[in-house]
This record gives sequence, structure tokens and C-alpha cells, in this order.
Amino acid sequence: MAQATPSPAETRSQNGAAATSSQVAAPEPPAALHPPLTPERKVAMHDLMVKARATEEMLIRMMRTGHGYFWIGGPGEEAFGVPTGMLVHKGEGPDFDYLHLHYRSSPLVLAMGAEPIDLMRQMRSTATDPYSKGRNFVNHFAIKRWNVVPVTPTIETQYVVALGTGRVQRRHGGKGLSIITGGDAGTAEGDFASCLNWATRPGEELPLLILVAQNFYGISTPAGQVQASPDIAQRAAPFGIPHRVIDGNDPVLAYEALAEAMDYIRTERKPFCLQGNVSRLYGHSSSSGAQRHAERDCVLEYEQRLQDEDLMTKAEIEAVWQRWQTLLQEGLAQVIQEPMPGKEHVLQHVFYEDKITQLQEN
Amino acid sequence: MANLAQAIRMALHYGEEHLGVTDIFGQDVGAPLGGVFTATQGLKTAWNTPLDERGIIGTALGIAYAGGKPVAEIQFCDYIYNVIDLLKLCGNAHWSSAGEFNVPMVVMTPVGSGIHGSMYHSHSFESMMTHIQGWKVVMPSNAKDAYGLLISAIKEPNPVMFLAPKALMRQKGDELIPGEPADEKTLNAMINAPLGDRTAWTPRWPELTDFSVPIGEAKLVREGTRATVVSYGRMLPICVTAADDLAREGLDFDVIDLRTLYPLDVPTLKRSVEKTGRLLIVNEDTEITNYGEHVMRKMIDEAFYSLEAPPVLLAGLDVPGVGLAWGYEQNSVPQPEEIVNAMRKLATERA
Repeated sequence: MAQATPSPAETRSQNGAAATSSQVAAPEPPAALHPPLTPERKVAMHDLMVKARATEEMLIRMMRTGHGYFWIGGPGEEAFGVPTGMLVHKGEGPDFDYLHLHYRSSPLVLAMGAEPIDLMRQMRSTATDPYSKGRNFVNHFAIKRWNVVPVTPTIETQYVVALGTGRVQRRHGGKGLSIITGGDAGTAEGDFASCLNWATRPGEELPLLILVAQNFYGISTPAGQVQASPDIAQRAAPFGIPHRVIDGNDPVLAYEALAEAMDYIRTERKPFCLQGNVSRLYGHSSSSGAQRHAERDCVLEYEQRLQDEDLMTKAEIEAVWQRWQTLLQEGLAQVIQEPMPGKEHVLQHVFYEDKITQLQEN
Repeated sequence: MANLAQAIRMALHYGEEHLGVTDIFGQDVGAPLGGVFTATQGLKTAWNTPLDERGIIGTALGIAYAGGKPVAEIQFCDYIYNVIDLLKLCGNAHWSSAGEFNVPMVVMTPVGSGIHGSMYHSHSFESMMTHIQGWKVVMPSNAKDAYGLLISAIKEPNPVMFLAPKALMRQKGDELIPGEPADEKTLNAMINAPLGDRTAWTPRWPELTDFSVPIGEAKLVREGTRATVVSYGRMLPICVTAADDLAREGLDFDVIDLRTLYPLDVPTLKRSVEKTGRLLIVNEDTEITNYGEHVMRKMIDEAFYSLEAPPVLLAGLDVPGVGLAWGYEQNSVPQPEEIVNAMRKLATERA
């Protein structure tokens, strides 16, 4: 189980992001249930990280140029989110993984295969936005065919909703698990504690992967002002939940740690808590200006590593960026022509089966 | 005849057997207690949760997302206030996801005063609950309706709040539930857990059949001409008794049991108010921003020119709670005599 926790100084560099740290957690899984991180997969992971970063930077540009009201997202979390998305067992129903996400989960969802143009549609609040029809902020996904349940701005409720999908999966059997993502700030809410408690009821343990993206801020408040320890995952210890804190800016380490945690859950049908210390590269949201912050950049670091390992050349890396930026630019040209919601959309979906006539009578 | 708690129990059993109910859960809902009002005794999918309302509602939402059919209980509505945001999520999931997800879940919670429940076992919740969009809200006043409304709630593809008037939980019905044995002692022996050790006990369920009270359908339970009395839950039988008493004075009333608070059965109300020209709404929730004000507004919108006298709302006083001493409840929650007086005054007021 858990070893001594590194000090905050060990887990965090001077610029505010995480250095390396780790804690041993679960027993050895019996057999790997995940694809190995081959050189080809490492290159593919880079492609997805660029996809996520370039998409978020496009969303910020859209906000700045009047193509959206508000931006919030996950640039800086690519090294933690993309491997998660790559390892998700994607599909609909309890045989597959359920995703209970927070609003910095774009790297995860884009790595699962979401189209950047759909995020752009939500950013612009178009009627074609597949996640909310222009009703919710960007990065508030809802994708039934992939078990991505509606993302909400409440930041903590996902920890208790996952108890229900986890219960169904426990009863159903199989290898499916429920993945929860959240930030460090949201763990201050009681739902985080509820999750730990309910997930470990004797004989009723739940297959939950509890992920904490520690970015060291809650909007503007430094975590150190409001939390005794930056190692949130430690809170799992009294519940007997295997837990670990890693450098969430290292995608290779994150991939291996996530894979190990998922293998444990898929096999043991019990929860695991994994914390990744990440960067928040553009601040909280557009409300704080969405300016670039001087924190570690996991994409740049990974690109250097890929070059050092002779897996990619600088030209190849530039080509990846160019490809995504071109696609995003084409997407923008498309999205700005798409229709916006109007009066006819207001009463849609208040109730399942759209009983609009009945509503108007009431 | 079954009482209201037994009716709930039988509806849940029917739901387990025929309607796909997968989980009935909450604090003390499973064995050995089977609910503080015994409404969940003997049910095969009932289980106990931690004392954690947020966990209960979150779990229900998750089960619904994953294809299950949950019926969750909050032990008393007085303890539901810390899950308001989760209730909001349940109600907005379909809309916020552009129709991608729907939430087929039921929450049951006992409401109202009348059992010397003091400040935290006497709240009403309908005014709060009907303000949370995306939910349907029902509240029976008798055992058979409790059975039929709960079955309808279980069949609903949307979230439904089932408000149970706790003072009526032991109230026997005057109509048999379909499949219920005619002899009350037989029913009790079949489905009531014994006192003391009940580890070896299993219920013997009667052959229950489907009986739905459609959501959104009020019931005219007394017919008259002098005024329309609209109520629900615990206050409804008091209004019926008042109407029967006043009928002996020659004053006859339409008494409408709403049964569903949202969506409101506007046509039934409108028909009655157009006939009588007078409207009294009775409930025990506190009077400011009271659900009855919505009913009144709808009738002003729909039947204003039929009104012969100002519509009246008789509700609980605007005080922080129902105090334990009888003098508090007696003087803050509508009492039978007040209801009789309000009905008589309305019926005899000059047009």
C-alpha cells in the first residue's frame, strides 16, 4: 500500500507545476489488460496531445474573437488526460467504462475520438452543438454512445453519481469501470469523501478510478491556503484504497500508472485513487483572462523527449501541429455558418419524449 | 384494507417483479428495519445506505444513467435540503445533454406534519420541489392512489418525486388495491415483518396486478356547486370531511385531490372553477411562495371571469418550523375547524 508521501517541495517545481513523485499503491495485477506503450503508440499519443492543445488554443481564440461567450478547459492536462482517454474501454453500457468528467477533460475526450469541431460548436453555442445544443459551457460533454455522462459545472457531484454506475457495473460483472475526474479544489466538497466511503462498503466495493488533477489552484486561491496537504490521494488511505501521486506532466509515466490502476480495478473490482500533478496553462477560465502562464508545458517536454528518443523529428512534430491547426481553421469556417438556437429549441428536452403541449398548458 | 405504507410496499414489489426496479435504497430502507415507516419491508432489491443523502441521490442518478431503475428514499424531506443541487442535475440532465440522456428514477420522501415530528420531521417540500424543473411531482392522499401513483412513477422515463404524507402512512384505504386480499389480517400476516428477530422472515406477496394512476390527473372526490376546494396529501381527507359536514348545512363543494402537483391538471381545475366561481386551496406548506399560489395564478389566468369571489389560500404560517408542543402545530398548520370555516365563508360570501 501507500508509502511515505513526498513533501510539497518534491512534488512541485518553482514555477508552480509538478515535478516527479510517486507512491506505490496496488498489488501487482495478474496480467496486463492494456495495450503496451509501443513507440508507435507514443507517437500516436503525441498526436492526440497536440490535437487537445491546438483545440483548446482555438477555443480560447474563439472566445477572444467574439465566437463564444466563455471559455474553460484543460490545456496543461494533456499528459494526464490523453493517456486516460487512450486507455478507456469505450462503448455504451456497463460492459464499458463510464466517464464522470469535469470541465478540464478535453484531452481525455479528444483522445477517445471526439471531433474538435464539436467542441467548437459548443464554444460558439450553436444549435448543432451535439453535447448541449448551445445550452452549456464548452467542455461540458454528454456522449451516450461512449458512456460519457453529462458534465456539469458543479465540480464535485461526479464523485457521487459514479457510485451508481459503479454499482451497476459491480452487479453486471465484466471488466468495465467508472472513471471520475476532478480537480484538487473540488475534492474539498463532501462528495469526494462520500465517494471514498461508498466505494469501500464491505462486500460492496465499487470499480472506480478516482482521478485527481492537482493544478494547485481553485480559481484564484492557491491550494496551500486551503488544504493541509497537496497530496489529495492520501485521503484514500484510511479507506484502504490503493492510491498514488504522479507527475501528471509526464505522459509516459501517466500512461503506465493509469494502465496499472485500471488493470487493478478491472481485475479486483475495487477502487483506486490516482493523482496527477498538472499545469494550468491558461489560468482558470476566460474570467481570469485565459493568459498563458509560466508553468511546465507537458506537450513541449514530450516533444523534446520524442526527439531525444529518435521517435520523431522536429519537422514531423511541426507537421502534426500544422495538420491540426489547418483542420481547426477549416472547422471554424464551418462552425460560424451554423445555426444558433432559437425560440423553437427552448422547450425541447425538458422532459423525455418532449411533451411540449403539456408543458405549455402548465 | 392496506394502509398507505403497505400500499407503497406492494407497489415497489410490483415494480421489482414487473417493471424492472433494480434498487430500492436509502437509510434504514433494507433489512432489518425496512424503512422507518415499514414501507420497504421484505423487498428483494432493498438495501441500506450510509447516512448520506448526497450519496443516495448521486447513486440513484448513476444507476439511472447506467440503465437501472432506482427508487431512492430520503428518510424525511427535512433532510433533503443538502441535495438540492443533485436534484437539479437529475432534472436538467435531459435538457442540458440535448436529449442524449434521460433519467428514469424515483425518489420517495415523507412530508408534512401531524405526527409530533418537531422541527425536523414536519417540513413540507412541495413548494421547493415543484420549483426544480425536469421533475414530475406526485403526492397521494390514500393507499390506493399511493399504489397507482408509485407504479406510474416507476414507469416514467423522467425523474419523479413521490411525496408521502407521513401522517397518513398508517391510514387504511377504503378501496382494495388490485390483488390485495380482502381480509386485512391476512394481508398483515403475509407482508408485515414480525416484531423482534426477523432474520428468517420472508414475505408472501399477494398476486398484485398493474394499476396506474396517471401522472397529471387530478380526481374530483366530492361534487358540489358552492365552491372548489383543491388540496392533496394529508390535508385532502380533512377537506373531504369538512365538505361532508358542510353538506349537512346545505353547502356542497367540489373537492379536488390533485394527486400530481407537476404537471398540474389544469383542465380539471378549470372545469370546476368555471362551475363554482369560487376557489379555496388548502395545504400545510408555509404560505410565502407556496405551491398553492401557483394553482391560484393558473386559475386567475384560465378562469378569471368565472370567479365570483377572491380565491383563497389556506396554508401553514410563515414560521421556521413546526414546533413540537401541540400549541405550535395547532396554531401554525391548518386545522379542521379552520378549513370548515374557510369553506363556509367562501361559499357564503357575496358575489
